[in-house]
Amino acid sequence: MKFILSIVLVALVTYAIGIYGNLPWWSFVVTNLIIAIALPIKPLQSFIAGALGVGALWAGLAFGIDLANNHILSSKVAQILPLGGSYIALIAVTAIVGALLGGLASLTGSFVRKPE
Amino acid sequence: MRIVPFLVSATVTAGLVFTLNIQLKLGGTKAPRLGYFLSPQHGFWKNAEKVNTNFDASILANDLKGDVDVYMDDRLVPHIYADNDEDAYYVQGYLHAKYRLWQMDFQTRVAAGRLSEVAGADKLSIDRFFRRLGMVYGAEQTEAYINEKNPVMKATVDAYTAGVNAYLKQLAPEDVPFEYKLMNFEPESWTPKKTYLFLMFMSYDLTGRSASADLQLTNTRDYLGYDLFDQLYTNQQDSLDPIIPIGTTYAEPSIVPIKPLESDMVYLKKTQQADIAKMVETPEAPDPNNGSNNWAVGGTMTKSGRPILASDPHLGLNLPSLWYEVQITTPTHSTYGASFPGSPAVIIGFNDSLAWGVTNAGRDVLDYYELKFKDTTQNEYWFNGAWKSVTKRVEVIKVKDSADVIENIAMSHYGPVMFDAYYQNPQSNGRNLAVKWTAHNASTGVETFYQLNRAKNMDDYSKAIQLWKCPGQNFVVATKTGDIAIKQQGDFVARWDRQGDFIMPGTDSAYDWQGIIPFEENPMILNPARGFVSSANQKSTDPSYPYYLGTASSFPLYRGISVNQQLTGRTQVTAQDMQALQTNNYNVFAQQARPALMKFVEMNTLSTEAQRMVGMMTQWNLYNDPSEKGITIFKLIWDSVENAVWGDELAGALIPLTKPESFVLLEQMNRDSNFRVADDIRTKDKVESLKDQVRIGIEKATLKCLALEKDNKLSWEAFKATRVLHLTKIPVLSRLNLSIGGGMNIINATGENNGPSWRMVVHLTDEIEAYGLYPGGQSGNPGSPYYDSFIDYWAAGKYYRLLFLPKEKLKQHERTKWHIQFKKSVA
Repeated sequence: MKFILSIVLVALVTYAIGIYGNLPWWSFVVTNLIIAIALPIKPLQSFIAGALGVGALWAGLAFGIDLANNHILSSKVAQILPLGGSYIALIAVTAIVGALLGGLASLTGSFVRKPE
Repeated sequence: MRIVPFLVSATVTAGLVFTLNIQLKLGGTKAPRLGYFLSPQHGFWKNAEKVNTNFDASILANDLKGDVDVYMDDRLVPHIYADNDEDAYYVQGYLHAKYRLWQMDFQTRVAAGRLSEVAGADKLSIDRFFRRLGMVYGAEQTEAYINEKNPVMKATVDAYTAGVNAYLKQLAPEDVPFEYKLMNFEPESWTPKKTYLFLMFMSYDLTGRSASADLQLTNTRDYLGYDLFDQLYTNQQDSLDPIIPIGTTYAEPSIVPIKPLESDMVYLKKTQQADIAKMVETPEAPDPNNGSNNWAVGGTMTKSGRPILASDPHLGLNLPSLWYEVQITTPTHSTYGASFPGSPAVIIGFNDSLAWGVTNAGRDVLDYYELKFKDTTQNEYWFNGAWKSVTKRVEVIKVKDSADVIENIAMSHYGPVMFDAYYQNPQSNGRNLAVKWTAHNASTGVETFYQLNRAKNMDDYSKAIQLWKCPGQNFVVATKTGDIAIKQQGDFVARWDRQGDFIMPGTDSAYDWQGIIPFEENPMILNPARGFVSSANQKSTDPSYPYYLGTASSFPLYRGISVNQQLTGRTQVTAQDMQALQTNNYNVFAQQARPALMKFVEMNTLSTEAQRMVGMMTQWNLYNDPSEKGITIFKLIWDSVENAVWGDELAGALIPLTKPESFVLLEQMNRDSNFRVADDIRTKDKVESLKDQVRIGIEKATLKCLALEKDNKLSWEAFKATRVLHLTKIPVLSRLNLSIGGGMNIINATGENNGPSWRMVVHLTDEIEAYGLYPGGQSGNPGSPYYDSFIDYWAAGKYYRLLFLPKEKLKQHERTKWHIQFKKSVA
């Protein structure tokens, strides 16, 4: 239950703090850490929760934006980066970067308190 | 707490944040911070505009005097309706920023020599070049002058600036344009000085070629000796069809420039033997193909009995485009046309009384003077038999990730000393060179457009362009009442023959500019008997005009001939005919050069493949259409023959010199089949004739043609590969390999990366009938469907009907899509 709650909370808080463009893009690292401390679960679970929460959020946001944009920008960026012009690969890379960082932040937090 | 795992995990996390937050090098300036760049709430995803975006908006702006309504049409062209002029320019500034912010910032950074500040030390040479050329100095002169002497223009530019900054103020950090995120820098406030810097850049783009050409010509003359130089780089153009028809008589000049007594020896160096000078790379020079066409046909030639005006400026083809379409309507005036993001008002367009357009005059308004400094402090230079003091101008160039670079520029009475002990390029050859350039003088150029936007008749037109100083332009006009005219206007130096073609001695006032030609004496043609006026960057007058115009290489010959041939004798002309003419691909140069060349071809001496290529060339219909192969073969053969003819004379130079202009060889072929330059001076035992050189040239070109043919790249479009390049030159943000014909010497002057940057045709009927487009789109955002939306249409030679209507009509027009309200208060 705490695992599911963690995922949802991570996604919600990451989205909420992302609205404030003046804050750094990596602010969710701090909030993930706090969530992981507040809701202690096992390290591996915590990593997965953080990764899924941020990764799914980023993938979803990117996917939605890209769809509404008819892939105009993603197909260009996917050549600059370089990902062979594939918007799917670009969304995947976006999600992986978010997931990796989100997971690591939550993992770090999980070491603060032992799960009850 | 599990300390060790915690610390390890925390370190890895922090390390990853750090890594994703530093610039990732993707080549040069394109270095996003990857984490930021990918974050869907911060990075590039935010710039992916919904394809069905609703652009309706209500904007609160307390700086305004009243409310302003903007209606956006289906091409995203804003139609601004304001109760007063300043509010209109405020909103123009706001919209320029909303759609073109990064471009405005980037272009003015280039002009100001501030590129290294955001792009690093790689760009330092460009920054130093522009600083030392006096770009910032010139902008400061204009700013000071306008602030002090011209309250109306000050108010106009201030209102524009306030509009740009109002947009910036409400711009959330995550919404900055894509390129800021890619290059990792941030927008900064607009200032009036940036507007003047932008206009300086246009002066550079259109008159700055002399900054390298004068050095190049000087070195070439020293290398060849004056006599041979004068033969290869002749100013005589037999086939010239000037803007002002041949045979026009000119009034006695009010200034008779006196050629200094010893100039043949001291300046032209006629007595000096050829000297193998060091030949080297040029500084980044404006494209010599920056030209343009414009013309107006009078009512006697048109179907409607009303004039039609056409204007298409040929400039570098970039994304975001240099141009942004706009309609501005206030109680004082109503105008429509292409504006410059970075400047208020419409630059090329029309109002409800008349239409106007510009082409570049090509006159030489930038000279170098060689100074003799007393010592290494560079504080004093020798002038008229005494030491004269300089002032020093300090310019600080900030460099990203590196220490500031400080330029201490000596300011002479001519202008900035561009080249000295601290700044040389191989072409300046160790000399101390001061630049004298009309662009350095304070100018109210923006007022010319401000007044043209409001002009009602020929009198207003004349008053407006009289204010214009630099870059010299051919201003075409056509009015609803039936007048057509072109006047060449700018501050033009009253020169003696060849004055300023080369570096001049800076020790003697006899070489100074002896005056600026008065407005009344600048060439003008008004309602001529032939029924039309036209200009295409050719010389404005025949040699009977009492002032020296400049070197022939500044004046392309053939487009002008083509336009005049096409217009002469026409009747029942429509706006559609003028569109067809703007996109006409007929090659008048090849029409003359092909038979001239064929006089020297002996088919039986050629290889089979060469014979086949010559055959394809002679069967070609003389149109530079996209699929034609004959033009590619013709171009390669002609270039190759030129190399064979001129190559030996220029070969000894350490790096290649500029070839003589194409007309030189063509007119030589027509004049005299036996001229001495044809001989390859490297072969001592035989004298090559032009026939030999043509044969050699054709055989060499055939090899290139065969290689292209094998790769399926012999068609003109494949060979030319026209591209509209993003300002960062990133290929995927550009449009490459467009299917379009035309080229150099062609009315449709579309080259590789240069061409008609705004095509406009205006029929001066009661309700103006206007057409136009530019190769770009109204949005500067690569993530918007409006980014490049006009390009395919442009390449296909099609036009949009421009909506120019009063507010009530436009509001209800079927093509009107969105409404942006600017409100002074909430009320």
